[in-house]
Amino acid sequence: MATIQDIQEEIVDEFAMFDDWMQRYEYMIDLGKNLPLIDETQKTEDKLIKGCQSKVWVDAQLDNEKVHFTADSDAIITKGIIAILIRAWSGQKPQDIIAANTDFIDQIGLKEHLSPTRANGLVSMIKQLKMYAVAYQSQLN
Amino acid sequence: MFDVQKIRQQFPILQREVNGKPLIYFDNAATSQKPQAVIDAIVKYYSHYNANIHRGVHALSQEATDLFEQAREKTRAFFNIPQAKQVIFTSGNTHSINAVASGAHVFVSKGDEVIVSAVEHHSNIVPWQMLCEKVGAVLKVIPVLDDGTLDMKTYSNLLSNKTAFVVVNHISNALGVTNPVKEIIKQAHEFNALVLVDGAQSCGHMTVDVQALDADFYTMAGHKMCGPTGIGVLYGKENLLNQLPPYQGGGEMIDQVTFEHTTYAGLPHKFEAGTPNIAGGIALGAAIDYLNEIGMDNIATYENELLEYGTAQLKTIPGVTILGEVTDKAAVISFVVDKLHPYDIGTIVDKLGVAVRTGHHCAQPVMDRFQIPGTIRASFAFYNTKEEIDIMVQALQRAVNMLA
Repeated sequence: MATIQDIQEEIVDEFAMFDDWMQRYEYMIDLGKNLPLIDETQKTEDKLIKGCQSKVWVDAQLDNEKVHFTADSDAIITKGIIAILIRAWSGQKPQDIIAANTDFIDQIGLKEHLSPTRANGLVSMIKQLKMYAVAYQSQLN
Repeated sequence: MFDVQKIRQQFPILQREVNGKPLIYFDNAATSQKPQAVIDAIVKYYSHYNANIHRGVHALSQEATDLFEQAREKTRAFFNIPQAKQVIFTSGNTHSINAVASGAHVFVSKGDEVIVSAVEHHSNIVPWQMLCEKVGAVLKVIPVLDDGTLDMKTYSNLLSNKTAFVVVNHISNALGVTNPVKEIIKQAHEFNALVLVDGAQSCGHMTVDVQALDADFYTMAGHKMCGPTGIGVLYGKENLLNQLPPYQGGGEMIDQVTFEHTTYAGLPHKFEAGTPNIAGGIALGAAIDYLNEIGMDNIATYENELLEYGTAQLKTIPGVTILGEVTDKAAVISFVVDKLHPYDIGTIVDKLGVAVRTGHHCAQPVMDRFQIPGTIRASFAFYNTKEEIDIMVQALQRAVNMLA
């Protein structure tokens, strides 16, 4: 099983293949299409992440001591962003998700290309995923 | 002679690039850019005149006071305000509204009604909700019709002897539609209700004559009319400003202070507690000189040309729907693209050097009304060009191709 670090490095390598931002965005939009979608019935107010211009819902389940995320967004680019995070962190142990660093976001040129308010959305997403991990970690203890 | 290329040379920021592309600034409804003359006024003030005003007998304080009061006089003339003392300098449009709303309990009693419009931004909703909660008044809303204009028939029906205050923006920031404020004021006055007009979007884009409108209060933002941030204006009729209690206590706003009792200074000082934004006021005066030099009529005519051109060009993109497309509006185009989120479009066009606003524009009730998450808003100023509009339209087309 690949570690979070392995997957994050893999994502960085994939994005490094592109010459310009447009190709990176197109790739991100493609990644959004593979996002494990949150069940429609779970698109409730408490699953909504605050601080984004677009709507983002995230849900998490603990299965065999690993956290599995599902999500969706009404904006295509946001969907791509959350898909990247989930690809790196889903199916991992809560403690590893809590410890995961987010430098790879910078390395794929995402953060620098997002305005402060949008970046806040990204920060909120990271926070929310980690919150789920913290909650499941406390269940395991 | 209106020469947009010459004008553009006077705005240093228009020479810069964003994401490797020449900046195209279409977020003028959020804030305008500043000409060199305004930037110079700030630098000159701090380099030559900086002193506290209205208090020192020394020469520097006198000179600074004179400059600040000259700016007040320029502001008076610009909005055809009767007397300079009715020009209250505030920190901005929001401060101006709050200065009135926080003291409006002297005009609004329990059971009275305050009418706001459905196209207000949060700054012109929340202070009035707070007032209503404080005095036990009821907030009523003028609905907006599908075309973005106010439902004037319902407005007439809402007015009654219970109406104490009507608050409405001159131009809606979310849609750009110009509201019939003169008519709104006339009808309100028939019921002895007071009217505050929020001029955040009108100032600097059209000639505003507060006396011709017969507005009781009119508020403005300096930074939306080529002035600096942190300076705004509140105009009020003299008898109303005299009745309105001061918003803040402090220095400058007093007549006599003892521990038993304080009497307040006259207008405008009653509302200008503490050291004001002296540099900001003086630079606003420079902005007014600058706008006068170009001529408000020239500005309005040219911006309307941009509006018409931009509207026609945007419509060439399949799936574009413009909200609030009416004849009487400012150079603001608020639109949505079929099935696409404004955020996605805004992100892509930003990469192409075009600054437009996306989102709810601090006017969530407007978005709820049209059942959309937000719009893309392109707002023009007199230093923009048709060529820039062409580039925006190309950028939008690219975004649509990429996202669809």
